[in-house]
Amino acid sequence: MTNYNFSSKFKYANIFSASLFFISIILIAFKGLNYGIDFKGGTLIELRSSNIEASSIRDVLRNMDLGDVNVKKFGKEGDFLIKVEQQGDNNKLIPEIKKNLSNNLNSEVNFRRVENVGPKVSAELLQSGIIAISLSLAAMLFYIWVRFEWQFSIGSIVAIFHDVIITLGIFSLLSLEINLSIIAAVLTIVGYSMNDTVVIYDRIRENLGKFHKLHITDIANLSINETLARTIITSVTTLLALFSIFILGGEILRGFSFAMILGVLIGTYSSIFVASPILKFFKVSYKTIEKEEERIVP
Amino acid sequence: MLNFSKINVLIIYLIFLFIAFFSILNFQTENDQFIKKKINLGLDLQGGSYLLLEINSDSLVKEKIQSKVIPIKKLLKDNEINYKNFKINEKILSLSIDDIEKFDLLFNARKDNIVNPYIDNYRSYELEYKKTDDNQIEIFISKFGLLTINNSALKQSIEIVRRRIDDVGTKEPTILQRGEKRILVELPGLKDPERIKTLLGKTAQLNFRLVSDNNEFGTDELVSENGENLRVSKRIIMSGENLIDAQPSIQNQNNEPTVSFTLDRLGAQKFGRATTDHVGKRLAIVLDGEIVSAPNINEPITSGNGMISGNFSFQEATDLALLLRSGALPTPLIVVEERTVGPDLGEDSIKSGIISLLVGFILVILFMLYKYKVFGLIANTALIANLLMLIGVLTILEATLTLPGIAGIILTVGMAVDANVLIFERIREELKTEKSIIHAFDSGYSRAKITVLDANITTLIAAIILFAFGSGPVKGFAITLGIGIITTLFTAYFLARHLTSLIVLNTKNKEIKI
Repeated sequence: MTNYNFSSKFKYANIFSASLFFISIILIAFKGLNYGIDFKGGTLIELRSSNIEASSIRDVLRNMDLGDVNVKKFGKEGDFLIKVEQQGDNNKLIPEIKKNLSNNLNSEVNFRRVENVGPKVSAELLQSGIIAISLSLAAMLFYIWVRFEWQFSIGSIVAIFHDVIITLGIFSLLSLEINLSIIAAVLTIVGYSMNDTVVIYDRIRENLGKFHKLHITDIANLSINETLARTIITSVTTLLALFSIFILGGEILRGFSFAMILGVLIGTYSSIFVASPILKFFKVSYKTIEKEEERIVP
Repeated sequence: MLNFSKINVLIIYLIFLFIAFFSILNFQTENDQFIKKKINLGLDLQGGSYLLLEINSDSLVKEKIQSKVIPIKKLLKDNEINYKNFKINEKILSLSIDDIEKFDLLFNARKDNIVNPYIDNYRSYELEYKKTDDNQIEIFISKFGLLTINNSALKQSIEIVRRRIDDVGTKEPTILQRGEKRILVELPGLKDPERIKTLLGKTAQLNFRLVSDNNEFGTDELVSENGENLRVSKRIIMSGENLIDAQPSIQNQNNEPTVSFTLDRLGAQKFGRATTDHVGKRLAIVLDGEIVSAPNINEPITSGNGMISGNFSFQEATDLALLLRSGALPTPLIVVEERTVGPDLGEDSIKSGIISLLVGFILVILFMLYKYKVFGLIANTALIANLLMLIGVLTILEATLTLPGIAGIILTVGMAVDANVLIFERIREELKTEKSIIHAFDSGYSRAKITVLDANITTLIAAIILFAFGSGPVKGFAITLGIGIITTLFTAYFLARHLTSLIVLNTKNKEIKI
């Protein structure tokens, strides 16, 4: 077992976490999130061609008067991703773009992927994404509330909020796209972070029962050390899997795996440095769990 | 925790073998299928189109309101209710009447109400009215009346969409109702989604109308296929409903593609009469408000067979024939969401998905071996068993595997070892205080049990919610992640525990390193 003194770092960690948290909120509020077409509506085209430049695609599309157009390289040489702001009749838009591109670029243009989301559907997708995340938070809260005491419940929820907000903050900072798969990543982060926190909490509760005289800070420190090997090993295996997706899984999964990698790192950190110190704040002691036990088993 | 009765061991391995067996089914060749079960590939992996279509029932609502004008006026007159300022404003009728109470009684009569029928299903009337002023009322379609209109239009549209798609001949299309106004269409392996979109985007309401300046029925000014401005009578001689069949054909004289059609008896009569009466005039063939062609009527056509020519390419003639055969949509359909993946991108995705799965898998296995040696081997055996079972369950459910779904499998691989890590770490701790090795393993397993459950249930909750709210590919991720958790628990707590017990019980109390 390791014997690091985590609790001595709690104070700095809390200041660090709180500042990251607030910077993230400010970023999300003012810089905003870069919503993809799933949530903003519009058209996305992934095309493959040889011997063309992003600038020439841009020129062709600019002449079509499509509003906000974004063209960028996507993975391999000759692959591009085009995003077009929502336009009226999308039934005709895509073939028209295809015709214009093939006519003006003197090159075979292969549309590998086309996505088009209307304004109504994108609003619905955003709404259901928000509902899904809120519901998962509520469900976690409920689960922990049933399994543990309320202090733990609040601690774990604060940790999850911390993870989700900072992950989104980093996405905002780097202007990375938020789409449906990022919502999936965020939900998985919620599950993963919770998982990590629960393991430490389980141990804290066990130790509270074992060592009545120890202060919660020491209990937390002991428990973190006892579970540290597991925390690290699981993070490493999960990250091994995620980096494998990130590097080899292709462009489409890159944003998703990046969000997950961030989430796992932040989630591991938060279960040690956010979820555990909160218990001290609530003055958790062996009495907290004893009371609870009396209530359940009269 | 380490004692297994023979029957338990048997059950555990039978369950494992049974489920793992299904994973092999995916390697069967098409023709030689032993059991017809397979994981389906999502559209993002095999290529294809996902379309979400929405009906726009505005025109139907307007028509409905329009059709109520005469019955309402008649109702008022018959019952001697005076009215004035009768106005139609799109979807609302407004009028002022002198006796609202009497009107209310008639308007909301449950029995034999022709004006405002009672819909039993919804326990509601088709129409509703509200008072805007003392004697002023507004009549409009009620919420449930609207639902009825949407519902029947949607049912009809689905039927027509199905006919059109079947006619094009794509393999295994999925056509489903989504909510009260939408149709979900999934077309796997489709090469040219634009053609289908064009076909579905046309209502295909075909009318035969005379070109005439006669204002008796009113005229529309339309542009012909040659760019002439023509005044076309509003009176419809015959519509597409009377068509039994339509086929593309080549006219021999000048090799021009045309569409030949066959009319039913009623249509043949109407068409025969009209062409007899108006020899020498021009007949406009109008499709969705646009003139396809406006030929001269040279002689009466009474056979019930006709031909439409209009500078078509053969493809256009084929598509027009298809549209006419399948019938008209009750309302226009709008594509509100489209996701199309080309087959080559799908193949690339499968390739990169499988490569990253293998690499992730191997990395995790090597890491576990390095960390836990012999017990790493157990964890790895459990991991392989886990993967086989996960794929087995997906096969049994005939689930759809998507690219995010593959990511879910890889993530499961990464997280699945957690259960064994929790247990092994616990055993390490127990070994420090406990003298008997068997006891240490035993209590390691039982103490870690709650934690393992707690930790996995949280992820399972996230997966379930994602499954409920996610759409398309993301749902595939939720499925693999969720099933992965269950197979993880099974393999860690039954398979790996049994393997551990074999090692521990056989080495008795000699040194065991974990």
